[in-house]
Amino acid sequence: MSEQLAIELEGIDKRFGAVQANKDINLKVKKGSIHGIVGENGAGKSTLMSILYGFYHADGGEIRVDGKTVTIASSQAAIALGIGMVHQHFMLVDNFTVLENVILGAEGGARLSEGIGRARAELKRLEADYDLKVDPDAITGDLPVGLQQRVEILKALFRGADILILDEPTGVLTPPEADHLFRILRVLRDEGKTVLLITHKLREIMAVTDEVSVMRRGEMVATRETSKTSMGELAELMVGRRVLLDVEKTPAQPGAPLLSVEGLNVRDARGVDVVKDVSFEVRAGEIVGIAGVSGNGQSELLEAIAGIRPARSGIVTIDGTRIDLAAARRDPAEIRSYGLAHVPEDRHRMGLVTRFHEYENAILGYHRDPACGRGAFLDLDAIRATARAGIEKYDIRPPDCSLKTANFSGGNQQKIVLAREIERDPAVLLVGQPTRGVDIGAIEFIHKRLVALRDAGKAVLLVSVELDEVRALADRVLVMFDGRVVGERAPETAESELGLLMAGATQEAAE
Amino acid sequence: MFDTLILILDSTVRLSTPLLLAALAGLYSERSGVFDIGLEGKMLGAAFAAGAAAAVTGSAWIGLGAGILVSIALALVHGFACITHRGNQIVSGVAINFLAIGLTALLGQDWFRQGGRTPPVTGDARFETLVLPFADALREVPVIGGIYSELLSGHNVLVYIAFLAVPFTWWVLFRTRFGLRLRAVGENPAAVDTAGISVTWLRYRAVICTGILCGIAGAYLSVAQSAGFIKDMTAGKGFIALAALIFAKWKPVPVMFACLLFGFLDAVAIRLQGQQVPGIGEVPVQAIQALPYILTVVLLAGFIGRAVPPKAGGTAYVKERS
Repeated sequence: MSEQLAIELEGIDKRFGAVQANKDINLKVKKGSIHGIVGENGAGKSTLMSILYGFYHADGGEIRVDGKTVTIASSQAAIALGIGMVHQHFMLVDNFTVLENVILGAEGGARLSEGIGRARAELKRLEADYDLKVDPDAITGDLPVGLQQRVEILKALFRGADILILDEPTGVLTPPEADHLFRILRVLRDEGKTVLLITHKLREIMAVTDEVSVMRRGEMVATRETSKTSMGELAELMVGRRVLLDVEKTPAQPGAPLLSVEGLNVRDARGVDVVKDVSFEVRAGEIVGIAGVSGNGQSELLEAIAGIRPARSGIVTIDGTRIDLAAARRDPAEIRSYGLAHVPEDRHRMGLVTRFHEYENAILGYHRDPACGRGAFLDLDAIRATARAGIEKYDIRPPDCSLKTANFSGGNQQKIVLAREIERDPAVLLVGQPTRGVDIGAIEFIHKRLVALRDAGKAVLLVSVELDEVRALADRVLVMFDGRVVGERAPETAESELGLLMAGATQEAAE
Repeated sequence: MFDTLILILDSTVRLSTPLLLAALAGLYSERSGVFDIGLEGKMLGAAFAAGAAAAVTGSAWIGLGAGILVSIALALVHGFACITHRGNQIVSGVAINFLAIGLTALLGQDWFRQGGRTPPVTGDARFETLVLPFADALREVPVIGGIYSELLSGHNVLVYIAFLAVPFTWWVLFRTRFGLRLRAVGENPAAVDTAGISVTWLRYRAVICTGILCGIAGAYLSVAQSAGFIKDMTAGKGFIALAALIFAKWKPVPVMFACLLFGFLDAVAIRLQGQQVPGIGEVPVQAIQALPYILTVVLLAGFIGRAVPPKAGGTAYVKERS
């Protein structure tokens, strides 16, 4: 049986300055299949897809679409070849209606009235054919992310795409939304479309793809039929060695509470209550995980406890020190002095100054520490020694503390933050999204480090939108939805049940 | 009383016209994501070019054309700096304002030797007032006569162009492909780029639209409202127009009302000069002249709520390196 190929890549090369993003890439994608591409962050998946979509130009190699050799000089050319792309960060205009977003670039005439009726009819047809229901007159920015993503898919189909590229499509979705997306993808495949799914989540690859290709450091290392491979094999191919997907840890031995939060309420700048009456405690020697879809108050919760964000009310007790968060504006340095350390969710915005040297970031926030200098002056030798110790202990690469922090990879940047916060020996560690944008090797390291901290009798509060991560690390899981803690579960609880809680199914219904 | 009101409104229309043209000009550029504080400079350059060309050729229309060309040229400089070379839009705008102030004075003195003025334009070299049909016949009809014959009739062609530009701009923005793309590129240029449309070319077309309208605004000042160019004759109108644009939240019809409001304040200020105000006495000229500006500050500070500019405004578009 000679199967038709939708896409054939041969010897694709792409270089950005000194970085070889794609090296001699060969890829065959069968028509009417769902083809997964996995790899760590920075493995070159997005670059390759951007080349296919005409966003970048390859330095060398050949692209064949439906058997014909083509050059894709622009996104326009890619669209003309029937290639559509759903970007990781949606390419939508928030204050446009769904219909306006769909027709942008394919308006069908200089006056909008010429094409708009036709577009409306076409949307109706697509809705019927692929079960892609969206109100065409809704304002795009008001829609939940799952629907925004549907608008992106509609955009591609409206332009007549036969080949659909999805770049990390589930990063922003709840598990039920992701399942719905996969159903849509299967319908698309059954209608004869070709789907290319870029992801770093192996579970999704196993769930939905027909074939899978693995990329590692800019190279295509293997292609497998999904039914004939396993998560373990794929993970090994991704990092080039065996990795432990599960975190090894002994059962927790919780002691006295080190962090307790009572009646915390936070209202944000828009006047919306984002954290509502949250109470919980974290004991010595345990990791408490907070699961939830991003934007349900977890970020604000962390920031309020750390003293970064004002709270309307709430009592926090850290290692025996009682703090009334509403009584006075607390500054983070004060709260930190009671024995709390904080690894913020967004290391670029809060954790690091990426234009600083590594050793400067290694003491950020601790610059008043007597170890860092005297009075107004910094003791650079002592600071560099601290930084070097952190580099050694946390295997930060490249091992050079005088480099600009921006020159480190995501995983190494995160290790810089962790080294800084953990090495001050805090009683309580708040950690948000510890492995966002971090490669698998570093994830493993970070997870081990957090478990070691727990075993040393500290309290760890972990917030992550990666449910797998929360389940692997936490000893207890709290689920947040719409600013409230809607349930506490054991980490072994079925994913479907946690997913329901995260999606806001009422507590009674889930129990 | 009615006559006074009509007179004030009549001069409101005249005083609003350059503001309206300049504010609509700014609307095109800013909606596309290119902030433009160089409206003032483009208007001034156009006013000088129009005055000079009209004085030399004796044709107001050639003056208008010259004004538009100069204004487009300055707009393209802004575009070249901000779109092609991703320069800072504020700095480029300020530079254009200074360039216009300096060059108009220098060239004016060098060419005409009248202290930076251009020779007075008369007859065909100036836009004359148009009398609408039946204006004379209706003049005596109460109320309607006053409104039609005094307020609506008897302006020069550029006034009518300015007010017709309002519905036209609305139509372009919300009913055409160009308008859809223009609004999109000011909000999320990456969405436009991935839809296969050139961000650069789109933004250039937007600044050219800005150039055309600023050109008309400048020509209005020197060959319609006044009879010739005077040094620094824009006197901050470009900035007032910018304030009106923000005040109107970048929407064409509210822009018209904002400009009419500022024009009205100006008209009242002129009217009040030398008059006794009950309970206050004669108000100093300076205080009255400052009135529109003070109100601008007050309105901008407190009364318009949050004016959310186009999201991508002020930043050059760079393809993201993933």
